[in-house]
Amino acid sequence: MNTVVAASANKIREPNARETRAPLVSLKNINKTFANGTIALDDVSFEVRQGDFLSLVGPSGCGKSTALRLISKLTSPTSGKIDWHGGAPAAGDIGFVFQEATLMPWATVWENTYLPLKLKGISKADAQPQIEEALTRVNLLKFAKSYPRELSGGMKMRVSIARSLVMRPKILLMDEPFAALDEITRFRLNNDLLELWQTYDWTVIFVTHSVFESVFLSNRIVVMSPNPGRVFQEIDVTAGYPRDELFRTSPIYSANCRIASDALEAAMKIGPQSDGAHL
Amino acid sequence: MSTAIISNQVIDAEEQARVRANQREKLGRWLIPLVVVILTGIMWDRLCVWYEIPHYIVPRPYRVWNELVKDFPFLMSALQTTLSTTFLGLGIAIVGGVLLAIVFNQSKWAEMTFFPYAVILQVTPIVAIFPIINGYIDSRTTKLLLATWLVAFFPLLSNTTMGLRSVDSNLRDLFRLNGATKWQTLIHLQLPAALPYFLSGLKIAGGLALIGAIVAEFVAGATGNSFGLASVIVEASYRLNRPRSFAALGLIAVAGVAIFAATSIFAWFMLRKWHESAIKRDV
Repeated sequence: MNTVVAASANKIREPNARETRAPLVSLKNINKTFANGTIALDDVSFEVRQGDFLSLVGPSGCGKSTALRLISKLTSPTSGKIDWHGGAPAAGDIGFVFQEATLMPWATVWENTYLPLKLKGISKADAQPQIEEALTRVNLLKFAKSYPRELSGGMKMRVSIARSLVMRPKILLMDEPFAALDEITRFRLNNDLLELWQTYDWTVIFVTHSVFESVFLSNRIVVMSPNPGRVFQEIDVTAGYPRDELFRTSPIYSANCRIASDALEAAMKIGPQSDGAHL
Repeated sequence: MSTAIISNQVIDAEEQARVRANQREKLGRWLIPLVVVILTGIMWDRLCVWYEIPHYIVPRPYRVWNELVKDFPFLMSALQTTLSTTFLGLGIAIVGGVLLAIVFNQSKWAEMTFFPYAVILQVTPIVAIFPIINGYIDSRTTKLLLATWLVAFFPLLSNTTMGLRSVDSNLRDLFRLNGATKWQTLIHLQLPAALPYFLSGLKIAGGLALIGAIVAEFVAGATGNSFGLASVIVEASYRLNRPRSFAALGLIAVAGVAIFAATSIFAWFMLRKWHESAIKRDV
């Protein structure tokens, strides 16, 4: 077993199908200025390919979350363009997982998972198989009738993931989804998420503060610098999949973490001096 | 001897003390109010006897009880009259308060236009408004209901308005991402989120509706076919029939407590599955 993992970890990314896939969405020279004058994003461009697991990493105030809100059309850019290569996404094509589980406390796990389908007008009976599958995937089928308050933080987050799963979104946007969880739970959810990503052949944009989390999960990392938010560097993670717990202690993981850490540190230095003046 | 064995488990002295304190508290919660009520009754009776207070000034408790028994059908029909005004007024207040809250929520302009009126009506005491209304409206039923509605609807309106606004902004975004219509967002997100707020408004409004109904009866006066508990008190006072006034007063108090208990139980029932306020902690 060990040798297989070591082999795959030591191999430079196999040129798997994901590498050569078509672009899904491109951000082109995006600017976003809020009414109070804050420049959240300044001339930001990057491309997400189909099947990417792309992490946006950067300190607070670098516009990571704003970028997700722009892609999901919750806000619109001040200038610049967001191109969808396979046509504009319809309702439900974009899955969103927030930092909090964001569940409806009055609804059971089943009903929370049903929500996107309900809003689409799909009956409970028709939705049943999809919901069952999604809950099975996140290991929560037994808790279908529980209310959110009866679940732990990690379980709530898994419901949140199941809820975005039922729509089979084209792209899944995750805004620091595991930041509020303890490390053991976070590691387990990282593994589960990667498994789902490979099973469903998803495209994921994952926002995080953590270099280590981003390296573990992604094939590409976009490091951003703050005030105003800019793309500082794009990094290809030179490790293949599947990745498991052993990957966390492998030399190739450390090497990639080093690269990403250095980039993040450099990105934080170019932030304007005003940041220091506040302190 | 710092440990004792309860159901095969060793429990230390502190835990044991806690268990006993809990048991005492459970018992005391019912026993103490009961004892206080009985003692108050005895004191009341004794004071009347010691100071030789005539029954047309303060009646002894047994006279009030006798009055209650003797005139039971009459008092009950008065209670029924008052309660029907109360509940009808409360019903209209619920419908009006919730609908208005929804209108306010859907349109900022409507809220800015009409909210001042709601506040003015609320802060002006009903006893001051009602004599004026009394002069304008002929139908007794209409004016009684209007008074009841006026006092009861505001807590429903303001609480429901607040509840509709108190939706988690991420959940709202989630609804938008899934292409929810305004209507869907209202039904599936805002109304359930507003429910706890509405219910706490209802608890207040239930008591206020009774006050509104009583005040309106006082001012509007009694007529042959509409004789509520307030009218009973007024009429009995003219005749120095104190036991009857006291009996009517007692019924009003009991009705108020019953309304509060009913709304509290209803709130608990509606929220028992998910809301913190209705969930019993183990510790």
